[in-house]
Amino acid sequence: MSELKGIYALWYRETKVFLRERSRVISSIINPLLWLLIIGGGLGSAVSFGGVNYQTFIYPGVLIQTALFSSVFFGVYIVWDKKVDFMKEVLVAPMRRTSIFVGKILGGSTDTLLQILILFAIGFIFTFVGIMPGLHLTVSSIAISLAFLLMTTIGLVSIGLILGSQMESPEGFQLIISFLVFPLFFLSGSLFPITNLPNWLAPFIFMNPVTYAVDGIRTILIGEQEKVIIGAIQLSPMLDFMIVTLFSIIMIGIGTYAFKKMKL
Amino acid sequence: MPIIETKKLTKKFEKMIAVDTLNLQINEGEIFGLLGPNGAGKTTTLLMLVTLKPPTSGTAIINGFDIIKQPDKVRKSIGIVFQDPSSDEILTGYENLKLHGWLYDMPSDLREERIKEVLDLVELTDRKDDRVKKYSGGMRRRLELARGLMHHPKILFLDEPTLGLDPQSREHIWKYIERLAKEKNMTIIITTHYMEEADKLCDRLAIIDKGRIVVLGAPKQLKKDLGGDIIRLKAIALDVDALKKLSYIKDISSCEGEVCLTLEDASSHLQEILNVVGKIESVEIRSPTLDDVFLHYTGRAMREGTPEGSWAEKMMHASEKT
Repeated sequence: MSELKGIYALWYRETKVFLRERSRVISSIINPLLWLLIIGGGLGSAVSFGGVNYQTFIYPGVLIQTALFSSVFFGVYIVWDKKVDFMKEVLVAPMRRTSIFVGKILGGSTDTLLQILILFAIGFIFTFVGIMPGLHLTVSSIAISLAFLLMTTIGLVSIGLILGSQMESPEGFQLIISFLVFPLFFLSGSLFPITNLPNWLAPFIFMNPVTYAVDGIRTILIGEQEKVIIGAIQLSPMLDFMIVTLFSIIMIGIGTYAFKKMKL
Repeated sequence: MPIIETKKLTKKFEKMIAVDTLNLQINEGEIFGLLGPNGAGKTTTLLMLVTLKPPTSGTAIINGFDIIKQPDKVRKSIGIVFQDPSSDEILTGYENLKLHGWLYDMPSDLREERIKEVLDLVELTDRKDDRVKKYSGGMRRRLELARGLMHHPKILFLDEPTLGLDPQSREHIWKYIERLAKEKNMTIIITTHYMEEADKLCDRLAIIDKGRIVVLGAPKQLKKDLGGDIIRLKAIALDVDALKKLSYIKDISSCEGEVCLTLEDASSHLQEILNVVGKIESVEIRSPTLDDVFLHYTGRAMREGTPEGSWAEKMMHASEKT
């Protein structure tokens, strides 16, 4: 009971802070719009994949990108907590470290999912006005996509928390963008189909858990085109989901451990 | 059986020993002070006791639980007010207190009652719905205090509780702390470099310097042990040897260009002393303070550096330590 209340307290704090920091909310809307309109529009005048226009093609990727950036940064944000000492207040409370970890994951996932919901609204509008034809936004397709995004987000928040718990100051932020967030995004098939990849690139993409999230969501929202094929096996969304789930479970495991060992 | 017992508690940093084989016993229901200059190791000791910093060696038993082996159980028995602000700036004062109530699993009616009580105490009731970002330094400090006092733990740690507060709010806080100790039989450990605070509040205190206990005892006893009153005088031409012949003078020392004499019942001996000293520029009789105790045992004045350190200095100090 007490652990649940503590988890709720952490979730409450994260959600309140997110909603009050308008700059975070606004940038979470503007950034994907830039991708869809400028990259999507610009490149889309020259290329198209999988029988749909380029904007439609990258829409699942943009969803994932939002989840990726917001959840990893959410996790790393605890470095800041440690600096202004709110972390001390939480760490000294009679709560298990595991519960603190869970509270943080729930808070981060909520932030991310709120942003994703806004993106779905944008998706509806763009489909309606004809910018993104071929996007199947239905109640069930959105629900399944949300399940994918939630599972991915949990794993990614965990990565952020693992890094944040080990970092001593926010100076390492830039490194995390360069060496983790961008590679995970670019190597996920968000922006291009991953059939017929050059041999040196393929292993990186297949090792990236985000790839399977993109693949799953794209299959659901667009269709079977340009799917991930490993050997001769085409991955079903079910299999994609299992891979993403496995990734998240592993990250939660490592994260719980990292939190227990966290130094102030 | 003491409620807190440290056993050779030690914390080493790369170049220095912050806390050096500390052996302390603190009894239930007492207000115990750790008094010392900045950097003496008070805060580090506290952070180890509340399980936020692992000791390099040694350990402590708090409420029957080992801080290294049973940190979860230790945390259930304690509360702490940190020296540095640890409230969330984006939340309001009230929300910060509510979060605290949740984190400490307080029933909701008790929580609301206590929130009201502590907000009144620190005079923040009319600002409770403002974001902490808009609070002044002193207001933040008071909010921290309110939060730490809210859940009435068995053992309460206060790290420089009244730092940067005006005298009036300081009085209020002291009274509340005394009441908590008395009515709830709460054990309170307080670090401070305010002599007055230590003197007024603490049942017993340990003077700490360079990570070690210099002396430990009740403030009254410590002052009494110095041996009576202090006469401080400035003479035109002082004959120390003549003074030394007066057997009732226990100690003669120079303090900042003047002479300090320690003796009992100073006022009745004053005339005789003045006769020996001859012409004087100034003379002062006073009872010893904890300052004198510190000076006596360490050979240094306590108020070196920045006793009344500003917020900025405090923050820098704290971030250096962590």
